[in-house]
Amino acid sequence: MTVMENISALNTPLLQVDGLTKRYGARIGCADVSFDLWPGEVLGIVGESGSGKSTLLSCLAGHQTPDLGRVRYEDRDVLAMAETERRRLSRTDWAYVHQNPRDWLRMGVSAGGNVGERLMAIGGRHYGQIRETATDWLGRVEIASDRIDDRPSAFSGGMQQRLQIARNLVTSPRLVFMDEPTGGLDVSVQARLLDLLRGLVRDLGLSVIIVTHDLAVVRLLAHRLMVMKSGRVVEQGLTDQVLDDPQHAYTQLLVSSVLQV
Amino acid sequence: MTDQSYNFAYLDEQTKRMIRRAILKGIAVPGYQVPFASREMPMPYGWGTGGVQVTAACLVPEDRLKVIDQGADDTTNAVSIRKFFARTAGVATTERTDEATVIQTRHRIPETPLTPDQILVYQVPIPEPLRFLEPRESETRKMHELEEYGLMHVKLYEDIARHGQIATSYAYPVRVEGRYVMDPSPIPKFDNPKLSGCPAIQLFGAGREQRIYALPPWTEVVSLDFDDHPFEASKAAHDCDLCGAGHSYLDEVITDDQGTRMFVCSDTDFCAGRREAGHQGRLWASQPEAAE
Amino acid sequence: MYVAVKGGERAIDNAHDWLAQERRGDPAVPELSVAQIREQMKLAVNRVMAEGSLYDPDLAALAIKQAQGDLIEAVFLIRAYRTTLPRFAASRPVETADMVVDRRISATFKDLPGGQVLGPTFDYTHRLLDFTLMAEAEGCDTGPEQGTPEPAIPVPHVTQFLNRDGLIEEAPHSDDPPPDLTREPLELPADRALRLQAITRGDEGFILSMAYSTQRGYGRTHAFVGELRIGKVAVTVDIPELGFAVEIGEINLTECETVNQFKGSRTEPPQFTRGYGLVFGQSERKSIAMSLVDRALRWNELGEDFTGSPAQDEEFVLSHCDNIQATGFLEHIKLPHYVDFQAELELVRRLRSEAQSQQEAAE
Repeated sequence: MTVMENISALNTPLLQVDGLTKRYGARIGCADVSFDLWPGEVLGIVGESGSGKSTLLSCLAGHQTPDLGRVRYEDRDVLAMAETERRRLSRTDWAYVHQNPRDWLRMGVSAGGNVGERLMAIGGRHYGQIRETATDWLGRVEIASDRIDDRPSAFSGGMQQRLQIARNLVTSPRLVFMDEPTGGLDVSVQARLLDLLRGLVRDLGLSVIIVTHDLAVVRLLAHRLMVMKSGRVVEQGLTDQVLDDPQHAYTQLLVSSVLQV
Repeated sequence: MTDQSYNFAYLDEQTKRMIRRAILKGIAVPGYQVPFASREMPMPYGWGTGGVQVTAACLVPEDRLKVIDQGADDTTNAVSIRKFFARTAGVATTERTDEATVIQTRHRIPETPLTPDQILVYQVPIPEPLRFLEPRESETRKMHELEEYGLMHVKLYEDIARHGQIATSYAYPVRVEGRYVMDPSPIPKFDNPKLSGCPAIQLFGAGREQRIYALPPWTEVVSLDFDDHPFEASKAAHDCDLCGAGHSYLDEVITDDQGTRMFVCSDTDFCAGRREAGHQGRLWASQPEAAE
Repeated sequence: MYVAVKGGERAIDNAHDWLAQERRGDPAVPELSVAQIREQMKLAVNRVMAEGSLYDPDLAALAIKQAQGDLIEAVFLIRAYRTTLPRFAASRPVETADMVVDRRISATFKDLPGGQVLGPTFDYTHRLLDFTLMAEAEGCDTGPEQGTPEPAIPVPHVTQFLNRDGLIEEAPHSDDPPPDLTREPLELPADRALRLQAITRGDEGFILSMAYSTQRGYGRTHAFVGELRIGKVAVTVDIPELGFAVEIGEINLTECETVNQFKGSRTEPPQFTRGYGLVFGQSERKSIAMSLVDRALRWNELGEDFTGSPAQDEEFVLSHCDNIQATGFLEHIKLPHYVDFQAELELVRRLRSEAQSQQEAAE
């Protein structure tokens, strides 16, 4: 990359979302959501269940088709993309970490095979190198290298989630979608996972959109925050600003923990 | 004698046209599985109905047909299919690979190199190479469409991780002209290299699964592998006990109650041809009368 | 010694001769005529016609005779014959509302226009072996009491009454020619017409088990037999040269319509839904099973949840219901597989010897 390109890359948002709306019949999934995500930025989306945050995430990742609005990734129209191109994007530049790793891992395939799949999908054809990379990534997510040939069904919930993260990050994506990545885990396991995620995001310079109902997660990870209620964004700003000085009544309720979400 | 109560080569001309269209499409898009309206044939599904329909659509009265099963002309199903065409099409038949214009095969590619004026028709039980990784047709078609073949290599990866090598010995998946991943039918992987750059037309018919696919002449066909675990066309480490061939695929035959074995060419025509030319294997010289 | 299989041709001929002898059985016992099978093995004939997709009781009886009573083999004979037949025309849809019924029952209404007609049924028989049949001295029974034959009264479909009140989903008429499973490859997802076509020629045992599984909770649809009718309908064909349709004959059909519970969705008010079965001949079990499976497969268009049940899974049901495909593929594994097996043998030997040498190296 030339210096000029470097500068212009820094001056363009990685993802531009404009007026995104998704309805289910008469019910609103999410309505009129707009934001920019910059390279290296972590955006948290919080709200109670049913607030539309998961709908929003799956529309952004192209898993659902929104009714209105635009999503641009590096000046490419994501919604107008052919399925081939979108799928290619989703196994190279993008990654998606789901709440329940068991649904997204190949439970009948070894940990090494799980991590190696994306490499092979984009043309990796050297067994030794694939295995080396998989070993390296297992190490990064704190899974002992001698577990490489074990199947994920023999792993604990926390290990499965870390394996899912390794499986997704192995192709060095630039944009990661995370849907309640710490959900369903014990508190102590959650803390360790959050620590790990924070390290990875920083070291790899990832851009992340993370959906959660857990304010502790976004306080630790997110630079910026969007608060959603009934499918709409009610407040957004820098994380500390929103959490320490909430303006919207709903955010105040969230932050004061009166609302148990 | 042709059986006059049926059309030439059994199928009616409309049906043959439909099958030829599928064949042409298959040749135009090498390795792509073309759906076709497979007919119910007078032999059971799984017994070569796909191959028989493709052969029927290709045959002309001047053709000379060879049918092999497991490489041999005299195995029961090969005999049955050869008789079927002798009866319904009245075409000449042969056991000689080099004399045949159309060869229908199950599980082997002849050892004798094929020529540009030949058609090799394979009987295919399960045409979908991804089937045992993903049972849904709707999903596997999408994977082909989007060239999502990562899963195929995951399987090979798992083999190496567990066994130290790729543990697929037949129906070994191939990639055609860098595009479609294809099942070569259950031929031993020893035969895989013969798929590539073959001067003959290779047609694959799966009757029950209603698919036809094809390799036009000189198509590049690559067996899937890893750079550091390259594909290897393996066979039993023996020579043929009848003709002495050291480079042909062998059947293992148990010859007595003590489990004594002998190895013989699975391609019976190839083996006989070598013996006619004076080649002798370990057991041929001692007991020539035993083989008639 | 050279022992590889030789002489296949003669062996095959001999096997076929033996088979013919076996079919005939003891020559001291009189040979069964095709007419006897057609008349006295009617339900077997019906099944062969239904799964063979060819309405011809004589040929079906012949196939049963030739197949020694192996019904799947008989279906196979019929199917192989059927594909060779030229197609002169497609009939108009048969009008089952005009059926001359032998049997017509509804489980949802006690009485209804047209009445409940029990007809020839095994229902309510005690399943006791009737040894008098063994004596082969059937009395010349006069058959059922025959009153003066009533003039054929119209027997309207039960679902029509529900429909009038909007209590059951509409089943709109369509003039689209249905796809033809025997002339086009099955492509999924299939529409309802194609699904019904596949199920009606599907294996009775398979369809029965699928239907049964829905009753036991694997894709439950809460079915009532709204109506089951068996009888004759006229087959009419448009003759382009004449400009009108002529009746070319009558066939026996069994039709079943189930009425199923439905809670309604966001867009639809609560109403009953339908499952449909139509089978050649008197094939009661099959038609009821068919309508249950049809209904279970409709989860998507009715906005219901997919619960992962086999009977809801279109690809699973349609890919596996055909017994001719199934039996062919199942039985093909008895064909020689020397070559593949040899390849596996070599691989296992190699893996074992490598494992052994590794073990020795470790020790």
